[in-house]
Amino acid sequence: MLDVFLTILNRDLKLAYRRWSEFANPLLFFVIVTSLFPLALSPGQALLQTIGTGVLWVAALLSSLLALEGLFRGDFDDGSMEQILLSPAPFGIVVIAKIAAHWVVSGIPLIVLVPVVALSFQLPSEALATLAAALLLATPTLSVLSAIGAALTVSLKSGGSIIGLLVLPLCSPMLIFGTRATDLAANGEPVAAPLYLLAALAVFALSLGPLAVAAALRVGLE
Amino acid sequence: MSDEHAGLLADSLGVSRGGRLLIDGLSFELEAGQAALITGPNGSGKTSLLRVLAGLAPPASGSVTWAATEVRRLAPESRAEIAYRGHLNGLKKDLTVRENLEFHRSLNGSEAPIDELVGTLGLAAVSGQRLRYLSAGQRRRAGLATLKLGAARLWLLDEPLTNLDIAGRRLVAQWIDEHLDTGGMAAIASHQPDQLAGGGSLAIEL
Repeated sequence: MLDVFLTILNRDLKLAYRRWSEFANPLLFFVIVTSLFPLALSPGQALLQTIGTGVLWVAALLSSLLALEGLFRGDFDDGSMEQILLSPAPFGIVVIAKIAAHWVVSGIPLIVLVPVVALSFQLPSEALATLAAALLLATPTLSVLSAIGAALTVSLKSGGSIIGLLVLPLCSPMLIFGTRATDLAANGEPVAAPLYLLAALAVFALSLGPLAVAAALRVGLE
Repeated sequence: MSDEHAGLLADSLGVSRGGRLLIDGLSFELEAGQAALITGPNGSGKTSLLRVLAGLAPPASGSVTWAATEVRRLAPESRAEIAYRGHLNGLKKDLTVRENLEFHRSLNGSEAPIDELVGTLGLAAVSGQRLRYLSAGQRRRAGLATLKLGAARLWLLDEPLTNLDIAGRRLVAQWIDEHLDTGGMAAIASHQPDQLAGGGSLAIEL
């Protein structure tokens, strides 16, 4: 089982590396969108601090939608998915490996990038570690939710806009706890509660999500 | 009788696509060393039939069993005994020929030597090239090469000769013959059935 996981992970990371622009675009999008806010609003420190957390989280969420459609689309269009489904490899493990690869190329860069961009919103430095921790807990959930959306729309010709409608509402608990943790940290208050809730969401998504994804992909292939 | 059947058994099979019934009441069985050649005009349901036989799609009626088990409920070990190669090659354009074959090899838990295979297929010179830069025929060859990387006993091939040159066609025909001689089975949809294993094979005309 571990070799199936590693085989798929290795392949997907190699493919992502060779088509790196697909994954760099959402990150650039994130940087550009977040830097538009200080330009459009008055760049006063108080205002930026107030809206900063919300802007960062929403922009991170929207940018991650951009890389999402390709999650299963490529394998679906070139016939790899049917070969994988028919192979003796356990399909659930394959799905988990693909979600893990997606998290490595889209989640980890966000964890690094968001706290850096947060500096331009004058977020207090105490909040940055909490922000990174909250992202570390939230991005796996985001990857699972994205995978569900991508799997459900994989047999449609262009699932792009529908995925957003499917995935974004499901992201709201994550958004609430993520921004809450960051705000609490900025005010120097204890942040354990929202972080625990983010962790609970991640455990919930990771344990049930792959089953839903696998089922959706099977139906998509029929 | 069907309880001990070791091969493929289709029992009054119905196949539909997009809600339209294309095939109805098709029954046949395949045993070791046997091939079924599926012929019929475009749109007659050859691909849909093969997808149902592979277990990718559910039958509209009837059943498909492999070694007495419903084909969509096979355990992983038995699923490895069936190989399906459709119109799509199932290879990644951004991986090299060798990387693609290595991926299929580890997916199927096989240890088959890749160098030799690549040589037989005449792909040795391009084995380090990304698939993106290969011709359609070369991609087809690489796609069919994956058949040799598993230990499948039943080959389900959809138009395997498409895009292949004469030498390629001969090679595929030879592989199928060898496969049947060693106790394998095959169901092949083709518009050129005369170029493929003929002797003693079952003809299914749709």
